[in-house]
Amino acid sequence: MAESLTIGFLPLVDACLPILAREHGFAEEQGLSLRLVKDVSWATVLDRLLYGHSDAAHMVAPLAIATTLGRGRPAQPLSVPFVLGLNGNAITLRSDLAQQVCGDGQLGDPAKVGAALKVIAEAQAAAGQRLRFGVVHRYSSHNYMLRYWLAGCGIRPDHDVEISTVPPPFCADALESGEVDGICVGEPWNSVAVERGAGQIVLATAQVWRRGVEKVLALREPVLADKRDAVERLIRAMCAAGKHFVDPANWEANATILARPEYLDGDAVLIRRAISDRLLLRRGGDIVAYPDFMFQYREAANFPWVSQAEWLYSQMVRWEGMTLDPGDAVKAARVFRPDVYRSALVGTGEPLPGASSKVEGSLSQRTSVGTQQGNMTLESNRFFDGKVFDPADMSGYLAHLTSN
Amino acid sequence: MRIAIIDESAARASIIQEGLVSLADCEIFVVTERRGLVARIGEIAPDVVLMELGNPSRDVLEEYFAVSRALARPIAMFVDESDDEAIAASIDAGVSAYVVDGLSAHRIRPLIDVAVRRFNAFSRLQTDLAEARGRLADRDAIDKAKRILMNSRGITEPEAYAEIRKAAMNQARKIAEIADAIVTAHKLMGGS
Repeated sequence: MAESLTIGFLPLVDACLPILAREHGFAEEQGLSLRLVKDVSWATVLDRLLYGHSDAAHMVAPLAIATTLGRGRPAQPLSVPFVLGLNGNAITLRSDLAQQVCGDGQLGDPAKVGAALKVIAEAQAAAGQRLRFGVVHRYSSHNYMLRYWLAGCGIRPDHDVEISTVPPPFCADALESGEVDGICVGEPWNSVAVERGAGQIVLATAQVWRRGVEKVLALREPVLADKRDAVERLIRAMCAAGKHFVDPANWEANATILARPEYLDGDAVLIRRAISDRLLLRRGGDIVAYPDFMFQYREAANFPWVSQAEWLYSQMVRWEGMTLDPGDAVKAARVFRPDVYRSALVGTGEPLPGASSKVEGSLSQRTSVGTQQGNMTLESNRFFDGKVFDPADMSGYLAHLTSN
Repeated sequence: MRIAIIDESAARASIIQEGLVSLADCEIFVVTERRGLVARIGEIAPDVVLMELGNPSRDVLEEYFAVSRALARPIAMFVDESDDEAIAASIDAGVSAYVVDGLSAHRIRPLIDVAVRRFNAFSRLQTDLAEARGRLADRDAIDKAKRILMNSRGITEPEAYAEIRKAAMNQARKIAEIADAIVTAHKLMGGS
């Protein structure tokens, strides 16, 4: 009989891999029966994971690290053997603000939009009316990407503007009602705001960090040890789902599946746009294609690079105003488990990188990299400001970030 | 002790409230509105917050607890890390609880127990209600089917019911399903 695994998720396009692994029979081929449990807050997804309602969960990457380090809840070590995708989020501003800082017709240039925004943000702050931004969770890549971009453009996230949590389904509402001036959220929620005329998409987070880690598959460490074999089969099934997901021939069918009430309960047209890397930036405008808006498969996108976990930890330290704790840094790094990923895919056709860590942001062109298995070429993984994160020198990196 | 119940369902909130008033020394505040939630919680300054697990504002509230200086003491989920059983029971029941750090376990435990029982009672009520609605809908379909048979075949009501029941038994289906099929077929054939 097929072994059963329960996976918690939030209704977002990047919950696609476990959903499609189930729907297309990739899980079944691996002798797995997947049960998917939908929730509406990350807090509940996490609670279900911690108290055994689910075996694994679709999760914002920083939350897996925060949970391991005991932020907000008693510490419980989580493990991430698989990255569910890179990027796929966007920054949407109130339409009049977007017009002032970005103009029309295409995604903005992060540095230019930021420079224009800085002028407005400072004027607003001086008038006692700080610009307000909504992100989906305190421990989300959205929060860290938005802050990285703002700070990189000279806008101090905790002084010049306000950033608060807005659940994805209410992002469009919050923009419309003037509760916030901008949101950083995953799809389809930017597009929902655009369709309602509540805002204009000005940037994709892939422009802030071309290969930024987004959602992960997280498990409690003891559950991973206990169900190691089933988890490795799940990894193979989700890899097959990833391959299927990025094939244009399947976009239509996959959008229809994801839109179903038990999954995203959303508009298949908007979902299809996101998975084909196309965005309608403002209501009544033209659809713009932005390659690798979402990144679910190529370049071993699902490989849990230890350096990604370390980058997330560096941002946690940066924005919590704490000093770097070498013990916490090690714990954070250990959350990502490339060893499990390798063990699951060794002997398959999937490429496996030779290293487990890399210098993030160091590639500005296509580069062939050493592998344990298969061939792999990595494309640009730049941050918009050209800075480079070397995990071997986290304190140097943090000092460099805050010095300007 | 000041208790805030946050629930978009006013019916469930009142059922929980009703359960908690029996506890001594409790002042209870019900918040059903999503907008302005954080400001409202700031005003209430609760010692305990009870919230449905499926409430989409949980992340907002947790962030508020994490960064807020409005509340004198930080709020942690449950008092005592060792009280895993109570936490597990409440999650099973679909209730999340936030408790001001430092409140003693013996004061919190009875409150959580009541909330869990009330949440469970509410879910049972919902199930019963759905079943009752289903039974009403069934009866409506059976009445319609009987009338269709009476009109089209000139038989009496008991005869019509006997026909439907016989068909259900022969096909090992529910009487309501056969009735539905008759009503649907009748509509397709141009009946009203």
